[in-house]
Parts: sequence; C-alpha cells; structure tokens
Amino acid sequence: MDPRQKELLMRIMELEFACIDLDLYLATHPDDTRALQDFKMRSQELMNAKMEYELAYGPLLNYGFGTNPGRTWQWIDEPWPWEINWRRSGT
Amino acid sequence: MWVYQKSLEYPARVRGPNPRLAKVVITQYGGPDGELAASLRYLTQRYTMPIPQAKAALTDIGTEELAHMEIVATLVYQLIRDASIEDIKRAGLDSYYADHDKALYFVNASGAPWVASYIQSKGDPITDIHENMAAEEKARSTYEYLMQLSDDPDATETLRFLWQREIVHFQRFGEVLDLLHDYYSRQHVFEMKGYDPDKFRQS
Repeated sequence: MDPRQKELLMRIMELEFACIDLDLYLATHPDDTRALQDFKMRSQELMNAKMEYELAYGPLLNYGFGTNPGRTWQWIDEPWPWEINWRRSGT
Repeated sequence: MWVYQKSLEYPARVRGPNPRLAKVVITQYGGPDGELAASLRYLTQRYTMPIPQAKAALTDIGTEELAHMEIVATLVYQLIRDASIEDIKRAGLDSYYADHDKALYFVNASGAPWVASYIQSKGDPITDIHENMAAEEKARSTYEYLMQLSDDPDATETLRFLWQREIVHFQRFGEVLDLLHDYYSRQHVFEMKGYDPDKFRQS
C-alpha cells in the first residue's frame, strides 16, 4: 500500500472514530446541539476525505454506497483491512 | 441492512508472529465475553426496546462491536499468519491447528466453541440493559487480563483501544438505563379530574 493511500486511509479512520463516538453520545443526548454541531462538522470532513480516497483508490463501501472511478471493479482490490500492516515502520 | 466499509475502526498492529498470544486473544473473538457475543446480544435485544434512544444505542453499539470483532480477528490472523509449525506446537496451538489450520474460528481461550447461551435477550428492557452493563464490565476485565498476558507492545496498544471502548459503552448503557427508568416512572394514562365513569353509563 503506497504511503499516500495509507495516510489518507488513516485520516478517514480518525475522522470516522470521532463520528462513531459522537454518534453513540447523541443516541442518549439527542438534544445536545453542541455535540450535534461537532458531529456535522466531522461528518462533512469525513465525507470529503472518503470522496478524495475513492476517486484515487476505489470504493471504500460496497453495494453502490461508494464510488468506482476505474474501468474495472475496484472493490476487489487488495489489501483488505486485515491485511494492512499498520506498524509505524511497516509498509 | 448493513454496509461493509473496507477499513478497520482502529489500526490493529502486531510486532510479529506470536501464536501464544493468539491463543488467548482469540477468546475476544469467540469467547463468552467476546465481540461476537457482544454484537449479537445488542443487535437481537433492540427489537423489544420501548424508547428510541435504546433502539439507537443498541443498533449503533451492536454495529461497533462487529467492527471490534474484525479488529480482534485481524490481531489473531496477523499473530498466527507467519508462525512456524514449531512455534505453533510450542505455543500449545497445535490442537486448534488440527481443526482449523490458521483459519479464524469462534472459540474461547481453551478451545470451546461459541454458544448462544453466552448471551441473553430477556424482553424486559431493564433486565437486558443490566445484562449489557455486566457484559461490558466482563469484556473490560478480559481485556485487562489480555494486556497483562501480552508481550507484544503493538498488540497491547490495540487491546487498550478495545478496553477503552468497553468503558464508553458501559457509560452509554448506564444512560439508557436512566432513560428507561424515566420512561417507566412517567405517567402514561391521563385521568380527567371530576370524571366519573359511572355517571353516564348506559344501563
């Protein structure tokens, strides 16, 4: 996996984690407007990062929820999440 | 429905082959307090929840647990992928290898397969949320034991992330429990003052 792809994927994972945690908080605090504002901001950033990633490397989501800009079905492109080496020195 | 996203929730990493660690970490894949049990427990309880916050929390936490199952699977897979037969025998993982090679299977640390009796779905929302809070505590304890057993600092970091999520989920379930108590203590039938049901009763 090239470093640029890895870096962008890591950025997506960070933003998504913020969204997951805010999402759980909002389930029990649906009227917290500050948290909702936070969520909207992060979620917009996440959408932008995902769009950038998918245009360069293919879909992150299946069933048509992602974008396949290439001429072939990029969903099958490796590596799959469990195959990536996230060690700081790794590739 | 569910949609798969081709990324982990956390960048699971290990230093190298370590079948000994894989043998214990796998309990969070298919053990009594593992992530499969957690996700199935929450996703099956949500149908009979009376308030929207509880339905949302169970759906979202249940879904996050599926992502945790994938993180644990990644740890186990990467810990055994490049292990030699000698390493596997020395780690006592040979009995697992005999049945599954290096494939992932839902077992606890001593090899017992996953069973549905690990979880409960009782129908009483208060009972179910208490079950879930206990489940989060049990999973937290298990991650603490696994961190004590781990001799791989990278794997420990990943286990620490999962450990922290148990604490957050416990908090959210506590809030759901509070909301359920509010819901049940609230009056749902409104009586009209001075209303006498017998006054205009037809004989």
